[in-house]
Amino acid sequence: MEKKKGIKFSRIIFYLIIIGYALIALGPYIWTFITSLKPTSEVNNFSIDFSTLSFKNYTFLWKKFPFGRWFLNSVIVAAIVSIGNVLFNSLAGYALARINFPGRKALFLAVLSMMMVPGQIVMVPTFMLLTKLGWVNTYKGLTIPFLTSLFGIFLMRQFFLSMPKSIEEAATIDGLGRFGIFFRIVLPMAKPALATQFIITFNGNWNSFLWPSLLAKSSEMYTLPVGLNSFQGQYYQFWDQVMAGVMILSIPSIIIFLIFQKNFIKGISTTGMKG
Amino acid sequence: MPSLSKTEIQKNDMKGKGPTQNTFKKAKIREAIDGWLFSLPFVISALVFFIGPLIVAFLLSFKQYSFLDGSILDAEWVGFSNYIRAFKDPVFRKALLNTTIYAIGVVPTQLVIALALALVVNSKIKGKTFFRTAYYIPTITSTVAVAIMFMFLFKSDGVLNKFLGLFGVNPYTWYDNIYLALPLIMLMAIWSSIGLYMIIFLAGLQDIPDSLYEAASIDGASKWQQLIYITIPMLKPTIFFNLVVSLIGAYQIFDQAYVISDGNGGPLNSTMTVVLYLYKMGFDEFDMGYACAIGFILFVIIFILTLIQKKFFGEETKM
Repeated sequence: MEKKKGIKFSRIIFYLIIIGYALIALGPYIWTFITSLKPTSEVNNFSIDFSTLSFKNYTFLWKKFPFGRWFLNSVIVAAIVSIGNVLFNSLAGYALARINFPGRKALFLAVLSMMMVPGQIVMVPTFMLLTKLGWVNTYKGLTIPFLTSLFGIFLMRQFFLSMPKSIEEAATIDGLGRFGIFFRIVLPMAKPALATQFIITFNGNWNSFLWPSLLAKSSEMYTLPVGLNSFQGQYYQFWDQVMAGVMILSIPSIIIFLIFQKNFIKGISTTGMKG
Repeated sequence: MPSLSKTEIQKNDMKGKGPTQNTFKKAKIREAIDGWLFSLPFVISALVFFIGPLIVAFLLSFKQYSFLDGSILDAEWVGFSNYIRAFKDPVFRKALLNTTIYAIGVVPTQLVIALALALVVNSKIKGKTFFRTAYYIPTITSTVAVAIMFMFLFKSDGVLNKFLGLFGVNPYTWYDNIYLALPLIMLMAIWSSIGLYMIIFLAGLQDIPDSLYEAASIDGASKWQQLIYITIPMLKPTIFFNLVVSLIGAYQIFDQAYVISDGNGGPLNSTMTVVLYLYKMGFDEFDMGYACAIGFILFVIIFILTLIQKKFFGEETKM
């Protein structure tokens, strides 16, 4: 009897902790969303007058400011970068896992070592290079330098190592070449890992700020985070509109996450990267 | 061993066609060509956008060079003076101090909370999926969005100050206050990455075999003892992994500091971080050589910290 009571008590504490933390995690979004529906005059009013709520701020941002354009830029850039990563990382990951070529060990070692170098070190020379190439403020500059990723290659290599070899061997005996095997047999089998890679890269790129803030110089090339930051700087007194901007930036990530949760969690627990 | 299968196939081939040295050699060359062809896009990209720039950055860090000067080759060699300058520069020292305070505050806090939440979520509770999802959402949200959200919540007439006011705390606009701006960045970083580390801890927890706990409870070990003597030791590699990822991330803090200070590290450099200072030196002041030196100092700091942790955690940690 005594013991049962103890268990019950710890249960209650458990639930209090997890519900409490769920409120901490989701509360800011809820408050942001409510604020985004208010008129500016109501922002500092903590009671909610439901008759004043509307989606006016969203249509306003979309029509009077280039949020539509920024959104489109973000989609284009994130899509190109993700497709590139899925293709090139799986090619390199496959070579490192399966092809016995001279220099393979050295290449893998290089991948691991480069993962230890903070990317900001190369910021200055890379920017100078992109300036020389005339790629600053273009889609090229926002995408081409980011088409492969070390973590992505690592993830794909681990995946291919864990895949059974027998089917590829059978295909070799049937006379299929390396590229044939890769595109017709290996990639279709790797669909879940590719989806993981695509989604994590997409989200990481969607949220990326440091590089786009350097490479997108004029408003029509801004991605959404860069655009929202500049909007916030100028219109910070209109918190209702700024909060609508925050929602425009966050909601696509949240929706993608809710749909592809399994992929996210798998990718994260293998590499610790969130994109 | 991927090579094994290939030689087996080779053997089969040879049985059919007769063992010629030639086919074997051909296959080896084929492997070499295929391997490098598959890796080619990555190798090119790494050379052009990483290794090349890394070498240039290293050279630049010993030169006095501004972007407006023209050729890098003509720039003047200045030896270690960029590095020496960094350690004499009060703003860089402030940036290093801020970043270190940030790391000391953020890393342990987020890992302890993440581990505690992982333990709770991993136990037999209802709605596990919901809680896991709820905790993870801040992690996938853009740092810019999080920073702006927190600025709104922590402005002097914002909801958080209203709440704190109930306990008699005076309202401040946190991001405009030299004492509160950095803590605000720390709070948003902790809040937005607990979910990430929780998920990694959860994966680690699920790898611990149940039999260990069963054996322990037969021997009469309490839940608390099981945590101390089984869970924590078995989680050591995961803890190490999280510590490394979290610490490396902490020293690279940029986005939030940039957003809340409008890119200048203010008020009074209270939110100046190492990467933000690098950014400012490189792209506002065009002091490229100095910016590159700051980049290498950052690299050395991160490298040393990782080595120390490895030593501290012993050799059994896989990384």
